[in-house]
Order: sequence, then C-alpha cells, then structure tokens
Amino acid sequence: MHWVSNGVVILLIAGSIWVARSVARSRFWRESAIELWRRRRLALVVVGVFVFIALLDSISWIGGARDGDNVAAFQPRTLIDRMVQPEAFKEASYSAPLASVAFYGGQPLRFPGAHLLGTDILGRDVVYRALKGVRVALLIGAFTSLIVIPIALLFGVTAGYFGRRIDDGVFFLMTVLASVPSLLLLIALIMVLGKGTLQVCIALGVTGWVHLCRIARGETLKLREADYVAAARALGVSDTRIILRHILPNIAHLVIITFALLFTGLVLAETILSYLGIGLDGSWGQMIDQARNELSRTPIIWWNLAAASVFLFALVLAVNTIADAMRDIADPRTRREGQ
Amino acid sequence: MSAPLLVVDQLAISFPAEAGRVRVVDRVGLSIAPGETLALVGESGCGKSITALAIMRLVPRPGRIETPSRISFDGRDLLSLPVTEMRSLRGGKIGMIFQEPMTSLNPVTTVGSQVLEAIVLHTKVSAGEARRRVIELFEMVGIPDPAMRVGAYPHQLSGGLKQRVMIAMAMAMRPRLLICDEPTTALDATIRAQILELIRNLAATTGTAVLIITHDFGVVNAVADRVAVMYAGQIVEEGTREELLGRPRHPYTQGLLRSIPRPEARGRRLEEIKGAVPRPGQWPAGCRFHTRCPVAFTGCYTEEPVCTRVSPTQAAWCHLVAEEARP
Repeated sequence: MHWVSNGVVILLIAGSIWVARSVARSRFWRESAIELWRRRRLALVVVGVFVFIALLDSISWIGGARDGDNVAAFQPRTLIDRMVQPEAFKEASYSAPLASVAFYGGQPLRFPGAHLLGTDILGRDVVYRALKGVRVALLIGAFTSLIVIPIALLFGVTAGYFGRRIDDGVFFLMTVLASVPSLLLLIALIMVLGKGTLQVCIALGVTGWVHLCRIARGETLKLREADYVAAARALGVSDTRIILRHILPNIAHLVIITFALLFTGLVLAETILSYLGIGLDGSWGQMIDQARNELSRTPIIWWNLAAASVFLFALVLAVNTIADAMRDIADPRTRREGQ
Repeated sequence: MSAPLLVVDQLAISFPAEAGRVRVVDRVGLSIAPGETLALVGESGCGKSITALAIMRLVPRPGRIETPSRISFDGRDLLSLPVTEMRSLRGGKIGMIFQEPMTSLNPVTTVGSQVLEAIVLHTKVSAGEARRRVIELFEMVGIPDPAMRVGAYPHQLSGGLKQRVMIAMAMAMRPRLLICDEPTTALDATIRAQILELIRNLAATTGTAVLIITHDFGVVNAVADRVAVMYAGQIVEEGTREELLGRPRHPYTQGLLRSIPRPEARGRRLEEIKGAVPRPGQWPAGCRFHTRCPVAFTGCYTEEPVCTRVSPTQAAWCHLVAEEARP
C-alpha cells in the first residue's frame, strides 16, 4: 500500500502548486488569501505544520532498517520513522517527560532526558506516537469530507431546487438516517465493511452528510426564490447553470464553515470510535483510549492523555478559526473593503 | 401599422385555492407592434406582473396557464414551443427587467460577468469579444467608467446603476421585446426619470418593443405609446396614451386619473376610489368593478361587459360606455 500514499503525496503537492498558481492569478482569491494570512497567521502556521508532518509521514519506502530488526526491515518506513528510529529510540516501559530514570523501578534510561513527553507502557516515545497520529487525523477529516460534501450538495441542492418528488425522496432519506442513532449505525457499518482507513471514512461519510444536506437544501429553497434567480431564468439560463452559477456560489460560505465543523467533528468522532475499539490504528483516539487505565494509577500517568489531547485540541481549534475567517472573507457581503 | 410583434389572446392564469382553481388573470388580450411601447397599468394584485411572466412562460408553480390562452410572438406560438427553444427566446429575443434592482443581481459575482453570461448563453463569441461587448453595453446604458465597473460587485453600485446593469443584461442580445416589470418603483424620483429616459431612448434607437408594467401614471405619461388598464385580472380599457390620459371612458380609469394629486387641486381633498380590490376567486358577478363603481346600474350587477370600441384605437369593457355608444 505504501506506493499508493507516495502517489497521493505527489498528487497533493502538484495539486497545491496548481491551486496556489490559480489563486495567485485571480485578484479576488489572491486578496482573499492575503487577508486570511493577515487574520489567522498562527492558526495557518499550526495547520501548515500538521500538514507538513502528515506529508513526511506519508512518504515511505522499504529498507534501511537497522541490523537485526527483522520486522522493520520488510515494512515500508516513512520519513518520520527514519528520523526518529522508533525501533531503537525506546525504553523498557513508562518514563516521565524528560526523566532520566524509569518511572517504575528507577533504573537509568537508555536515552535520559531525551523523551520530551515521556514514554508509554511499551517504552515508545510519546512525541513520536502523537506525531504519527497527525496523519491519521488529517486523513479521516479530509477523506471523509471528500465523500460527504459532494453527496450532501448533490442531494441538498437538487432537493431544494427542484422540490416535489426529489425533495420528498431526499427528505425521507435524511429523516431515516437522522432517526437512527448515528453511533449505532457507524458501529454496524464498520462491522459490515471491516476495519481500515477507507472503511471507517465511508462509514463516517454515510452517517455524516445529513447535516450539510439539510443546510444546503434549506438555503437552496430560499435562493430559488431570489430575484436574481428569477432574472437568470428570464435570461434563458438553464436549471443546471443556475445551480452552478447562482446557487452554489451563494452557499459556498456555508459549505466552508460546515466543512470545518465537519472536519473537526470527524476527527473527534474517530476518537470515540477508538474508545469503542473500532477506530484507526495509531490515532490520537487510541492513545486516549489506552490512557484510560493509566489515569487510575498512582502516581498518575498523564502524559499520554495530555499529548494526544493537546495535539487534537490544536488541530481542531486551528481549523475552526481558519474556517471562521474564511467564511467572512469568502462572502463579499461581509467583506471589508480594501484600503 | 405593421403586423403586431406580440399578441396575447384570451390569456387565463389559474392558481389553486381552497375551492378549486382560481383564475387570477382571465381573458386578457394585448398586442404590441414592433417599436411600440405599451404600458400595462393597474393596482397591486390585479395580475399585471403574472401576465408578464406568462409571456416569458415563467408562471411559478402551482400557477398554470389555462387552455384557451394564446400567446404568439413574431408569428410563433409561445405556449407550444419546446422548452429549449423557449429558453433561447428568453434573454435572446425577449428581455426582461425587474422591479428590485437591489436583489436582482447575484451578490457573489461581478456585474460584468453576469452581463457576460447573458451574451455567452446565446451566442458563440470569444471571451475577449464578449468582454468588449459588455463594456459597450455598459456605455450604452450610461454607466460611467464602464471598463472599471465590469469588475464591481453589486453591493458596490447604487440602485440606479444596478438597474442600468439589469437593462444592459436584458438588452445584451438586442431583444425584439423588452418587458419591464415596474422598473422604477424601487428608485428615487430623479433616478426614475433617468431610467425612463434611458428605456425610451433605447427603444427608439434599437426599435425594440417595450411592455412596461406600472401603477404610476407618471411613468405612463413619460414612455407609453399605448396604455392598457387592468382591474381584477381583466383588461378594462385600452387606447393610445393621449386617449387614455385625455378622454378616459371607463369609470375605473377615470377614478385612477382623478386620484392623482395635481397642482390646481391643491388644498382640496384628494379623490379616491372607494373600497378595495376584491380578492382573487371572490370576483363579483357581472362587471368586476361594480362594487366600487360610482355609476353602476342594473346591467353591471349581472352581466359581464363586452368590448366597446369608442375609436379605432380605444376600447372599454363597460356597460355604460356601451350604452352611450349605442346609436
């Protein structure tokens, strides 16, 4: 599988270069980007760092492991793995942040003072584990959004615009989905589909589109009656074109804000799934799940929970504040006039 | 006089109500010759806007155009035209501008690209050519600094400028017929005069026929060649501007004209037409105006009036006029 993620990384980099170039070419988007940078510098840096870490953790190849490490020798290892060397950079068991002796027993550590956030029960470095969680979180959020947004917009906008039978159908579907507890549905879907990144994303997507769909439908219902839609009809514009040119751009700001809430909601939902034992391997949710028992120990082992929570919090907060600013900027009605 | 460009005949539009479908417009007939400006006048709710939408075949659901109706444009029957052809007619041969310039433009795209849409929708032109045409159109409708304004968003323009943009959009394909639904109602008095002047000039220079819908006799006086007066979903009188404003025959038209404030009547109480427009579906029997008519007599309460010609161009649907015209 590692060549797939390598390919995705290349595509992502090429895609972002293309996006950056088109943004630079259009005055509106260039100004929006500058405005966003002006307003949310810190949050953008945080998300940038997370994305960078995720990319480093996605480029992998086989080989280059240390002698005698049989498992690692035949598994693809990412750039992060190669930088940290987790097979070697570990202790026997728990150690506190920056400690020089083991948490239980007091034997001297192999790397005294080197584990910034200590080690977990198997002696693995907590910073390394938290960094590995970045990729999982971004993958869950972004990939599921890619599933959710097209479905929700397609259903919501067509239901709102055409009404009647289509609306009845979509509304029925939404009501049915909303009436089943989503956690129950999620668990059932994952049981059927199996565990794995793709499966969990699909399960989250199937249960997660209702909210955005409802918003898109309601907003379309309102915009359908807008004078400029009537004017477009009087100009002979077709329904498809009215949807693409007049409806979608006018709900774009809602999509952006919902995307951000969705993104963070999904990252948090994965935590819950991990808590139930059906989450993704290496996620922050799993770290928190494992930290459950550690909290009841005396003296308390807090660094696992703290590391995962702080990373989670930083990502969620940064994405939310960026989305908030983006909504203001993308909507010309609330946009401040330049100069 | 040349053959009429637009003929509306026996137009009936119905909407569902508690007790079956109600005709909000009934037996409406209109005709407009090329280059002519017809004003359709009436109170709010008399069915004049829906008549305009019917010509574009844009009557909103659940409204329906009933069977005896006939609308022909340039010799073609609009009501039986395929959807795609009708769509190319809208914005192509028939342009329309609306009452609310404030909300009739999409707030998230530039006004230039919206006018551009009107052009690229109906012709195959290069992007640069289309852009040049937009600037030309902006110049034509009197938007100052057109090259700069094409990149403006609607909220950056005043109401008058927005209405000019709407006119540019409607005129983009040089339509044969321009329908204006209360084009100046939302504008203030000085801008109103400018916009009317613009519409009149455009019609004169391009030979476009104009159907202007209004409740304002100032507008009628400023632009119309001919006038049709509507009451409760029906035409009650039609004629040239001079005839209607000078010698109105229908009591309703007379009442409307008397209720316009005028300088010589200063200090006196303004006349009004007593009562209110009956609600659609609760039209009175006989002449629909008899409940408010000051000169109604027996026949008015039971029989629908028929068209009475009082001159080659003027006609009224009124029992009294018919009575007087009888030799």
